[in-house]
Amino acid sequence: MSFPLLTTTAVVPALGAIATAAVPAARRTAAKWLAFLFSLATLGLAAAVLIRFDPDGARYQLTESHAWIADFGVRYELGADGIGAVMIALTALLIPFIIGAGWNDADPAPGEEEETENKRWRPTQGFFALILAVEAMVIISFAATDVFVFYIFFEAMLIPMYFLIGGFGDRAHAAGEAEGAKQRSYAAVKFLLYNLVGGLIMLAAVIGLFAVTSDQLGEGTFSLQEIARARASGELDIATSTERLLFLGFFFAFAVKAPLWPLHTWLPNAMGESTAPVAVLITAVVDKVGTFAMLRFCLGLFPGASDWATPVVIALALVSIVYGALLAVGQRDIKRLIAYASISHFGFIVLGVFAMTSQGQGGATLYMVFHGISTAALMLVAGFLISRRGSRLIADYGGVQKVAPVLAGTFLVGGLATLSLPGLAPFISEFLVLVGTYSRYPAAGIVATAGIVLAALYVLLLYQRTMTGPVKDEQVRRLPDLRVRELAVVAPLIALLVFLGVFPKPLTEMVDPAVEHTLSDVQKKDPKPQHPTAEQGWFDYKPAAPAEHGGGEHE
Amino acid sequence: MTVPSAAWTLAAGDELKAPDIEYSQLLPTLIVLGAAAVGIVVEAFLPRRSRYVTQVVLSLVALAAAFAAVIGLAAGGSATSDAQIAGMGAIAVDGPALFLQGTILLVALVSVFVFAERRLEPVAHGAPVDSFAAQPASVPGGEGEQQATKAGWTTTEVFPLLLFAVGGMMIFPAANDLLTLFIALEVFSLPLYMLCALARRRRLLSQEAAVKYFLLGAFSSAFLLFGTALLYGYAGTVNYSGIARVISSADTTTDPVLADTMGNDALLLIGGAMVIMGLLFKVGAVPFHMWTPDVYQGAPTPVTGFMAAATKVAAFGALLRLLYVVLPGLRWDWRPVMWGVAILTMLAGAIVAITQTDIKRLLAYSSIAHAGFLLAGVIATSEDGVSSVLFYLGAYSFVTLGAFAVVTLVRDAGGEATHLSKWAGLGRRSPLLAAVFAVFLLAFAGIPLTSGFAGKFAVFKAAAEGGAGALVVVGVIASAIAAFFYLRVIVLMFFSEPQPDGPSVAVPSAMTTSAIAIGVAVTLVLGVAPQYFLDLAGHAGVFVR
Repeated sequence: MSFPLLTTTAVVPALGAIATAAVPAARRTAAKWLAFLFSLATLGLAAAVLIRFDPDGARYQLTESHAWIADFGVRYELGADGIGAVMIALTALLIPFIIGAGWNDADPAPGEEEETENKRWRPTQGFFALILAVEAMVIISFAATDVFVFYIFFEAMLIPMYFLIGGFGDRAHAAGEAEGAKQRSYAAVKFLLYNLVGGLIMLAAVIGLFAVTSDQLGEGTFSLQEIARARASGELDIATSTERLLFLGFFFAFAVKAPLWPLHTWLPNAMGESTAPVAVLITAVVDKVGTFAMLRFCLGLFPGASDWATPVVIALALVSIVYGALLAVGQRDIKRLIAYASISHFGFIVLGVFAMTSQGQGGATLYMVFHGISTAALMLVAGFLISRRGSRLIADYGGVQKVAPVLAGTFLVGGLATLSLPGLAPFISEFLVLVGTYSRYPAAGIVATAGIVLAALYVLLLYQRTMTGPVKDEQVRRLPDLRVRELAVVAPLIALLVFLGVFPKPLTEMVDPAVEHTLSDVQKKDPKPQHPTAEQGWFDYKPAAPAEHGGGEHE
Repeated sequence: MTVPSAAWTLAAGDELKAPDIEYSQLLPTLIVLGAAAVGIVVEAFLPRRSRYVTQVVLSLVALAAAFAAVIGLAAGGSATSDAQIAGMGAIAVDGPALFLQGTILLVALVSVFVFAERRLEPVAHGAPVDSFAAQPASVPGGEGEQQATKAGWTTTEVFPLLLFAVGGMMIFPAANDLLTLFIALEVFSLPLYMLCALARRRRLLSQEAAVKYFLLGAFSSAFLLFGTALLYGYAGTVNYSGIARVISSADTTTDPVLADTMGNDALLLIGGAMVIMGLLFKVGAVPFHMWTPDVYQGAPTPVTGFMAAATKVAAFGALLRLLYVVLPGLRWDWRPVMWGVAILTMLAGAIVAITQTDIKRLLAYSSIAHAGFLLAGVIATSEDGVSSVLFYLGAYSFVTLGAFAVVTLVRDAGGEATHLSKWAGLGRRSPLLAAVFAVFLLAFAGIPLTSGFAGKFAVFKAAAEGGAGALVVVGVIASAIAAFFYLRVIVLMFFSEPQPDGPSVAVPSAMTTSAIAIGVAVTLVLGVAPQYFLDLAGHAGVFVR
């Protein structure tokens, strides 16, 4: 029995959550350092996962499999493919930055220090414990190869997220403290209801999947490998209509989580009302589970139905791209602007996933990583800015680059990464997604390109309005520049953006074989397998005929 | 011509004609009922000051001994290979019966802890008191009540009453003929009516609840009894398997006295429907749910907790046995009706709960919604269906017990502060209690890693495999609606500002603490590692006929 590396990677932050929560109320700083150290340990373990992972090896590596709930056909099965390993690494990478950026976010405001009537009320400890709990659940979700295990943690992570959104907000709310608390609780409930409804509909599909497998295999199973094996050997043959219904159940949950237009409306509320680090946690980490799950579960379990749904999904993704970008242009609130920009970017990711080409899906995977890093950089700097002035409104700023040049500079780099400037990492992924889409759906590729133009518009307008021009506001004039802690949070992220923008090869090597596996999943049922997928390289994929994948005729 | 006298007990079959009673098989029930009788004697002869300790110890010992007897029977194979019908055809000793009896006994054991709590009410006249009226017979607000309160009296009768109710509940799911079913129903209902009327605070509300419960309960008992008569007219026997044999035309002998009615399908359908209605009332299924919110709200909270958990277990057990043993031949008739009842119950419970402002009423409507989820498992008509319902009942009852035990702790000057607005900001005042209650609410909502999720998954899985996919979809939608109001309470506790005149959280004795702790432990264990208990329920999934 080999060392359960994936489980350990998830258990360490979970233990960290418990340990952090147990720190006494007075030892706030100790709790912060404890949480930070645990997140670093997790990062170390995630790095070990990346190192131990052999891109040319089996599809799922570092696998673990234990009996769990035999009656439900559930096994505790973990395994990382290239995509999962990279996503785990991204999660573990971002959490220390999130903790670092949120260092003082949950402390009682100066003045209300003595007010706390109860020694057990420890918001700081709770804040960091919840972040670590989310990390643990996200890592399990990325590693799970059993649908049920995935589902459990996919749903369970809503609870700590809910408390993070509803319990911790920006110090100063434009509309006053009471209104701020109301808005926060509204955002938290909206977040939870959207995701819970999505999750419950997925639950119906999970049960349906069990019914189908137990009907045909004699024993219900949720194991991806087992289902793939049974499908390959012909033991399992899901009826077309059933497969489509099950696909819809799964896809709905992931589309809410991702979020895809028109199920996106919870995201601007949640990101707007939560603190910047939590907003990063939502968009850069938790939401990625949705797009990741589309790749692993929607395509992996229901290839035929995925093919069938592709035109609609691509249309929705295009709407997301354009709609998110347009609304971002019109936002007056910095955080909501970034939220709508994220919706636009998630449109790109979904587009890449459902373009069903190796460039598209490889690009989508890279997009998930790079979007995580670039949004983290932009959002965290925005959070530093907002905490200085106590306002989220763009109109309250102006001329910041004169008083805080480092802050403005890092903000600009984060923004340029968001608009996919060549030389920074997101450019590569966006380019790949567009190429991958264009080779199969030229029209979709052209529409998606509009998203790039709009991205330039909203990012540069944001920069221009907040950072350039004369300093109008008295409070802005006294803005301090980035502190050492803040710089320590942002600098590595920017360095990563530049480095991966120039040298993405390590990542592509990890992702490439996994994408080919996923692609072969989908094409297994193709009526005319003219192109042997196994020999496809990265850039030499040539689609046979677009129409072949667009229709829903083949069974 | 033969006299068709009281031959009904013999009609089950030749092998059951032995006129002896298998005392060892009936030991668990006999222990509990015996202890209840001893409890009455204790009330009559022991001095008032020593009654409390005696009654608590007696109840705990009796329940523990009965549980040990259940385990002994199950270990001896009575649950599986050696299942049999005891008591001259009156009582089945099989897997479902033993599983449910064990669950009821554990629920009762934990309930005794909550019943016996004496730290919560302020010590007014020198003696610590519990949540039950000082002297239930006195007029509320009258002189007699004042004197009784001043004297520091307490109603220790609640313990024998509880034991009688438990005894009836143990027979109810094991009853193997309709008359035993009816008697068991009365044996556990009458003590419950009384227990409902015993609240120390808000006595009028409590008595109103008891009267409502009694009237509606009597009405439903009448339905059950009338249905029994009609089924006897149809089959010439009240024995479960006897009726089933007549329905499946395996028994063709006609009782000459009943020659006119035997085999008359109208009697069968009407009679079956009436018996089911009687049981659906106890289950709290729509449209027979009207009593639930009032009774849950008015009854003393420890009683509500016990009733919500144990009655549901017993009534669902009886319903399962009736549908699976007596009426499987009628499956195509009752399934569509039960579909409708299940859908209505799930949706009505979840939707009406949204507008509730009282925590006990909210939990009452939530229990209605859960009855709907359970019905989805009942409808599956498979072994999986039975075991999933058994598992759900076990999981649900401990969540319920724990939740109501928490409700007893949140108090202000007027007793328990059950109005939801008073719960605002509870998470700031006592984070631990609020967190515990949040765990229970999340379990009710069926969030993964809690017992509620495992149970819900089990029943929905059974329903889906039984071809009731549409029911699963409705169930999932109802769960989403239900999740909303559970979350509302969590929002209120954690994200709202505490009110200046808000309630305080009483510090309970070890008894309530351990009741809540058991609730949390069962909730989490059944959520994370349910396999052992699923196996247990799976082995107990076969009814003896």
